[in-house]
Parts: sequence; C-alpha cells; structure tokens
Amino acid sequence: MKIRLAKKEDVSTPKAVAIRVGAVIIAIAFSGLIILLMGHDPFETFEAMIKGSLGSSYGIRNTITVAVPLLVIGLGLSVAFSMKFWNIGGEGQLVMGAIWGTYAAHQMPDSISPWLALPLVGLASIAGGAFWAVIPGFFRAFSRTNETLFTLMLNYVAIKFTVYLRCELWKDPEAKGFPQIAPLPDSAHLPKLFGIHIGWIVALILVVMVHLFLRYSKLGYEIRVVGESERTAHYAGINVRKVIITGTLISGALVGLAGMLKLTGVSWTLSESIGGGNGFTAVMVAWLAQLQAPVMIITSLLFAVMEQGSMAMEISVGVPASVSKIIEGLILFAALSSDLFIRYRVVAERKSSAACSSDNTSAVIAGNGEGGTK
Amino acid sequence: MNAGMMIALFLASAIRMSIPLLLGTVGESLTERSGHLNLGVEGLMMMGAATGYVVAYRTDSIILAILAGMAGAGLGSLIYAFLTISMKTRQDVTGLALTIFGTGFANTMGKALAGTTTSEKIRAFTKGQPFKPDLTAVSEVPVLGPALEYISAALLQHNLFVYLSFAIAVFAYWYLFHTRPGLHVRSTGENPAAADASGIRVTSLRYLHVIVGGMFCGLGGFYISVVNVGTWLDDIIAGRGWIVVALVIFIRWHPLKAIAGTLLFGALEIVGFRMQQIPALGSLPIFSQYAIDLYPYLMTIIVLVITYARKKAWQGPASLGQPYFREDR
Repeated sequence: MKIRLAKKEDVSTPKAVAIRVGAVIIAIAFSGLIILLMGHDPFETFEAMIKGSLGSSYGIRNTITVAVPLLVIGLGLSVAFSMKFWNIGGEGQLVMGAIWGTYAAHQMPDSISPWLALPLVGLASIAGGAFWAVIPGFFRAFSRTNETLFTLMLNYVAIKFTVYLRCELWKDPEAKGFPQIAPLPDSAHLPKLFGIHIGWIVALILVVMVHLFLRYSKLGYEIRVVGESERTAHYAGINVRKVIITGTLISGALVGLAGMLKLTGVSWTLSESIGGGNGFTAVMVAWLAQLQAPVMIITSLLFAVMEQGSMAMEISVGVPASVSKIIEGLILFAALSSDLFIRYRVVAERKSSAACSSDNTSAVIAGNGEGGTK
Repeated sequence: MNAGMMIALFLASAIRMSIPLLLGTVGESLTERSGHLNLGVEGLMMMGAATGYVVAYRTDSIILAILAGMAGAGLGSLIYAFLTISMKTRQDVTGLALTIFGTGFANTMGKALAGTTTSEKIRAFTKGQPFKPDLTAVSEVPVLGPALEYISAALLQHNLFVYLSFAIAVFAYWYLFHTRPGLHVRSTGENPAAADASGIRVTSLRYLHVIVGGMFCGLGGFYISVVNVGTWLDDIIAGRGWIVVALVIFIRWHPLKAIAGTLLFGALEIVGFRMQQIPALGSLPIFSQYAIDLYPYLMTIIVLVITYARKKAWQGPASLGQPYFREDR
C-alpha cells in the first residue's frame, strides 16, 4: 500500500474548524498520557486545572485577567503576522512598554487625577512598545534582516535591561536595600469593573478595531497584500517599506499597551517578570485563531485557562506548573499537523491499482494545477 | 599574574563558554544544510540539558548522561522531523512549538532536582584535564618556558569534551564538503526535487540530518547543565539556542567557521566579567554586573544587522524552510 497526498480545492469552514478542534482534543489526550507517565492521575490533574481556573468566581476573574493581555498582545502580533513579519518579540515589546509607562507614572505630580494619569501612562507604554518593534521593522524593510531572530534578541535585551533598572539604575531607596523598583502611585492604578480591571473592556474594543482595520481599511488591505507577496505589492504601487514600518509600529503599540494593562492593572510595579511569557503564548493565541481577531477571544481564554489552571494544579495535585507549557506545545503540534488534513486529501492505494488506474492519477494532477507553476 | 597569563586564561574560559554554542551551531548547520530550518534549537538544548542532568545525577555515569542528553534532544528533533517532513507543517512555527514544548518538558523534568549538584565522580570528568602537559622540566628556560606555560593554560588544560567538540566540528566539515553523502546533503538542501530525481532518498536523508543535528544541540545543552553549571536551574539555556540560530547564518552554514564564530561569542560572554575585575573599568556603568549580561544579545543583533547589510547576504541552502512535495514536481 502506498500513501500519497493530493491537494484539496477548498474546504468548508465548519469542516476546517472541526478538524482543528479535533486536533486540540487529541493533544489534550496526549498530555494526559504524559501526566500519567509522570506518575499522576490525569483526570484528577485536569479536574484541578478546570476547578482552579473556572470553578469559582474568583478563579474566573483571575482567568479573565490572564486572558486580557494575551488577547491584546495576540491582536498586536496578528497585525505583524498578516504581513508575514514574524514578530516573536512580544515579550520584549511588552516589557519596554511597561518600562516607559513606569517612567511616565513616576514623573507625574502626586495630585494628578487618574483620568489624566492613566491615559498618559498608556501613551508612554504604546510609544515604548512601538519603538521596540519598529527597530527590527526598519532593518527588515531596508536590508531584509531576519526579524524572527532580531525580535527574539530584543526580548532578552529588554528583560535583562529591566534587571539592570531594578538592581541599579531605578533601585527604590525606600525598599531598605531590597532590589525593587518603586511601586506606581495610586493615581496610575486601573479601576475595576465586575471585579476585573477595566483592561477587559479595552481588549474587547480593540478586537473590533483590529478586525475592522485589517479587513476594511486601506492600510490593512496593503498589509495583507504585502503578506501575500511583497513583489505583488510592489507592482501594485504599494510602498512596501512604508507598510512594513507602519505595520510594526501598530503591532508594537498594541503589545506595549498590553504592558501598560499588566503594569497598572495587575503588578503595580515593574520587574523583569512582568511579561511572564505572555509574549510567547500570544504567538499561539494569534496563530491558532488564524489571525482572526474575534476568534482570538476564544484562543486567549483557552490559554488563560491553562496558565491559571496550572498554578492551581501545582498547589493541589503537585504536578509542576510547567506542564502547561508541554500541553501548549502539544496543542500547537496537533494544530499544525491538522493543516495537512485541511489542505490535502490523504490517498491510500494499493500499488497494483496505482499503476493502471488513470482517473485516480488525473484527479491528483488536476488538484495540483495551482501548484504546477512552482 | 602577568599580562600573558591573563590573556591565556581569558582565551581558555572563552573556549569553555563557546563549546555549547559550537555544538549547537554545528548541529543546526547539518540540519539546515539538508534544507530544514529548525528554530527549536533552544527547546532541543533545554531537553538535552534536562535529560543529561537528570541521568548524571541519578546514575553518576557520565557516559549515560551524554547518551541521555543526545536521546532527549533526539526525541525532540524526531517530533520536529515527523511534523515538518512527513506532515509537511510550517517549519518556523513548528520550531517555535518545539521550543515551547522542550522548555516545558525540561523545566518539568528538572524541577525535582533544583538546587542539587553533580557528584564528585561526575565532576572528576567535567573538571579533568587529560591533556595537561608536565612543564616542570622547561619552566626555568627563558622565553620558551613561559611561552609553553601560556599555550598550555590557553589550549591544553580543558576537559575531554572540549577536544571532542572541536573534533565533531572538523568531522562535520569534512563530511559535508569532502564526502559523497555530504554532497548529497548539500544538494538536497539546494534543490530537493533535483536530488530526488538523481536517486537521493530525500525523506530519509532529511530525517537523519534533522535528528543527528538535534542530537548535537542536545549535547550542547548537556554541556551547559552538567559541565559548565553543574546544577539545575529553570530556563538554564537562557536564549543560547536562539543565538545559535543567528550564528548559523553568521558562519554561513560552515562547521569550520563555526569554531571562530562561537569563540567570538564565548569571549563576549566573559569579557565583561573580566573587565569588571580591572578596578579602573569595573566602576563604569557599562561594565556593571547587570549591563554585561546584555552583551551577547546585543552582539547577536549587531551580527545579524551586519550579515544582512552586506550584499549577497543569503548564501544559505536554497530550499531552506520550504517543504518538499514529491507530488508537486
């Protein structure tokens, strides 16, 4: 028997969604197997995860708090990904946004109203994130420098620089020698609505805005054309360099804003762990949602359940929280593989019939028509 | 201590720091030469570091630890190979997924051993100096005596793995550029369809080189956890896997140039630390303990910018990153 792949013309959306959901379920089953091999009861472990993240109103509030920055970063990354600019630097852009936001918050007079302080901190964070993203954007636009590696290295630079700030340059003299940066003034704390900081409202507004931007605006259209083919974009009269630079600015600005939300809504003080790996997880949030802004609400919640649930799981069942990273990796592996079944038909045939059945072969060739130019 | 000895010792520690980068760079060069861009080096090095350390700690056997380090990363690269070669997944995203998976795998595995150290028996190997010459006979001879002392301090007082790693780099160079199978690897990386047509078994060749390349990355991870650090820390690789991916472009997929390239980065990892010990420089902010941690990452960025700014920037395998569909021919 021989197994071949034949291209499918196109697949209906419900079927593609079903295949993806199936892949996620298979990945979770595999994770259960790994947890079993580690000597824990997988059902008990998953139960602890779900209970910890969704089992109480406290848990649900925490899960949404975790999902908000993931969603906002995911939206930011999707703008860059739409033009095939692989911005893996979410973590660094978030940290840089938080650094600029912290600086702004500490420059303000004590008597300032939160209505003025919060937007100013937000603007500073947006500028910080955009700045950190446009550096690799500039080099990619002008000399095609590999942006994956560039943005990744900037993550480490931003994180190590924050350690430097915390331990030396911005060390709080009132912390009695403990290396920390002074906490934000009260005026720069985000208010809460339904027990969750109002970042969730910001995030939902941004979902609509990013969706409309990428779908219906001129720049959004140009970004997608650049993503399809830079050459096509060039011949269509699009200024590719300008689009890449503007696109990275927008991408970094959104990620920087996520930094502001974490800074003013959750941690209230800057440290190198403020990102907490969100910048990387958001890559999966955006990718698993196929860069569709509304779908990212679901994927960000999925990963938030895992992150929040894994902490509860470590405390109650004793399985290390880093297991959630294994599960995340497996989900990505499965989702990636599922593409094969969405884009191709797997044809199994007996060798003897393959040699003589002509209509089978012609179907494959017909299915290949679009790829024939390669 | 005189200046000559200081330079010799600096070179010696630069070599020690460069070894994990060298192993990773050689491994990734093999993988990329066959046409597969594995961005999961960080994850593979994490897996190798964890399995290597756990086995070193549990069994006290250095041989088993080496094998475990290679097997751990071998498992990771097998997953990558299956997905990208057989399931035709996108190589870049698969590599990222492998990094996430490998980091989670390693941190979960190492968690129970945080704070432990390797035993005396393991350290006898990792700190051993099998090629250290006895220079007492010539130590009184002027010029020659100190010269030999310096050479010995810089080059001959390393553990066995250092020499093994250089041998691996030289062997990989010979294999890729002076043997027939090496030619097959390179032609597959350039044009898999043509290689396939000429009778090269593209699929099995790619599987082999992705997995063996990954095993070398795992060996690099093992070197960091068991030899250089000697204990388990969360996220012990700290981005070196990504530096490796950048270095491979910098050294143009050439295992011999990898020795020079990684030595430069090894030197960079410790140059700040050495500068700090000079009182006049140590007080400067740019040589602060925290500022020097930034150097390797900044240097990687500078190297990337320079590499791509030069004309004819891309000299890598032509099919790198592209999946190969036999049916598309």
